[in-house]
Amino acid sequence: MHLIAAFLASIGRGFIAFATATGRLALFTGPAVSHCFAPPFYGRVVLRQMVEIGYYSLPVVGLTALFTGMVLALQSYTGFARFNAEGAIANVVVLSMTRELGPVLAGLMVAGRIGAAMAAELGTMRVTEQIDALTTLSTNPYKYLIAPRLIAGVLVMPPLVLIDDVIGVMGGWIIAVYKLGFSSGVYLHNTVNFVQFNDVFSGLVKAAVFGFLITLMGCYHGFHSRGGARGVGQATTHAVVSASILILLSDYVLTELFFAK
Amino acid sequence: MTARTPKIRLAGVRKSFGAKRVLEGIDLDVPAGESLVVIGGSGSGKSVTIKCILGLIRPDAGRIEIDGDDVTNVRGARRDAMLRKFGMLFQGSALFDSLPVWQNVAFGLIQGRGMKRNQAREIAIEKLAAVGLGPDVGELSPAELSGGMQKRVALARAIAANPEIIFFDEPTTGLDPIMADVINDLIQTCVRRLGATALSITHDMASVRKIADHVAMIYDGRIVWTGTAAEIDASGNPYVDQFVHGRAEGPIRMQVRSI
Ligand SMILES: Nc1ncnc2c1ncn2[C@@H]1O[C@H](COP(=O)(O)OP(=O)(O)OP(=O)(O)O)[C@@H](O)[C@H]1O
Ligand SMILES: [Mg+2]
Repeated sequence: MHLIAAFLASIGRGFIAFATATGRLALFTGPAVSHCFAPPFYGRVVLRQMVEIGYYSLPVVGLTALFTGMVLALQSYTGFARFNAEGAIANVVVLSMTRELGPVLAGLMVAGRIGAAMAAELGTMRVTEQIDALTTLSTNPYKYLIAPRLIAGVLVMPPLVLIDDVIGVMGGWIIAVYKLGFSSGVYLHNTVNFVQFNDVFSGLVKAAVFGFLITLMGCYHGFHSRGGARGVGQATTHAVVSASILILLSDYVLTELFFAK
Repeated sequence: MTARTPKIRLAGVRKSFGAKRVLEGIDLDVPAGESLVVIGGSGSGKSVTIKCILGLIRPDAGRIEIDGDDVTNVRGARRDAMLRKFGMLFQGSALFDSLPVWQNVAFGLIQGRGMKRNQAREIAIEKLAAVGLGPDVGELSPAELSGGMQKRVALARAIAANPEIIFFDEPTTGLDPIMADVINDLIQTCVRRLGATALSITHDMASVRKIADHVAMIYDGRIVWTGTAAEIDASGNPYVDQFVHGRAEGPIRMQVRSI
């Protein structure tokens, strides 16, 4: 009897904790988003964040895309050779990159790089009272800290993913031409002819959504961190984990919305 | 109570953190253009009181008035307008470590008031000079400064916009006695010459004697004594006596066990 009660209580506690966290996130997201659309705008801060999120992520994201494209070409060759369908490699690479792997892998890499850094930066600002200091200097922390990061994330992820798509296709092309002996012209022709506007566009929409989720999670966990270095460390972990899960979850939802018949 | 409305009035302000009761009904008036110093033991809730006035911490009960307006739960534009009157020196300095020193000092002018960068920079360098720091320090990042220098930068930032009301949370801790006296002079100037209202927290009796018009003593979540600075040595209040003379024996019990 006791055991059952304890078990039910633990379920209840978990549920309450979940509901509290969801409510708190909603209370944070509302003002965070509305401040993106109301002046004053801190253009300088937005620009700095765009460079941080987009430009400095290019090397890791580019490398990831390059090797992903190469692996895709190799793997699909192994599979398609059995059905004499090697010609489809170009199609597989470009479709997988633009629709799925480009945005998702870039999202996960940026979540690790940027989500963590944002949570650590804002978390440190919180525990050293810098966020309180902002308020006393007539500057709204939502406007100065949160909104520019959200705007930068949403604006910079689509171009980053577009570059990522191109590099991925290049990776596939390198393997197809230099290892599998395809003709370069035919491969590129197949790629360009097969890919449709919607494939690329859906990937870019995903990228913008992921950019929002990554920066939102980084800001949310950093902004609410408590209790010194340990608290900041936990905020960093939570920011990366929650952003990664949300990316995969929203990827599924968005794919449903775009392509489900 | 005098006929003039006080600049700041706290009435029955309470605040608990979980089961821990910190403020149990603070009543305090700060007259306009005067300097009030709050004294009290470590952990007695002095910093929490100041943060409640600024709305950084929401009190559980009670009323806070600025210039006669109830600001206990203000939000939005009215809160921004209210905060524009304040300057605050945080106990831990709270400098923005991503910005160089001069931008820290000029922050409220540039971001809060939309002043041109060049003009704000000149004011920042002026204020840095007032706290004994040269223009070369302005280019450094806060992490490159000593603790006492950080405190002085934070002080310069608090007074940069010539606010009507200035809060100093332990302005002289971590400074040598000479620099501490310079800072005390600076606080006096802000109040006497610029007409600001100051609320300071300090443990430093020399500082109290120099900057205070009035003194309030906080103990056990309440104000247990208020009086003028001259009265502090003959207050007849055992709490104040013990604090002023720094004795371990008396009505204030520190929660320590002997080893
Ligand atoms: N954010 C917070 N969460 C929980 N407890 C807090 C918080 N802020 C302050 N406290 C508690 O409130 C009490 C008063 O803190 P406060 O910082 O006001 O002390 P103080 O009087 O300024 O002391 P000191 O002279 O050492 O600076 C302390 O016991 C502290 O533990
Ligand atoms: Mg304090």
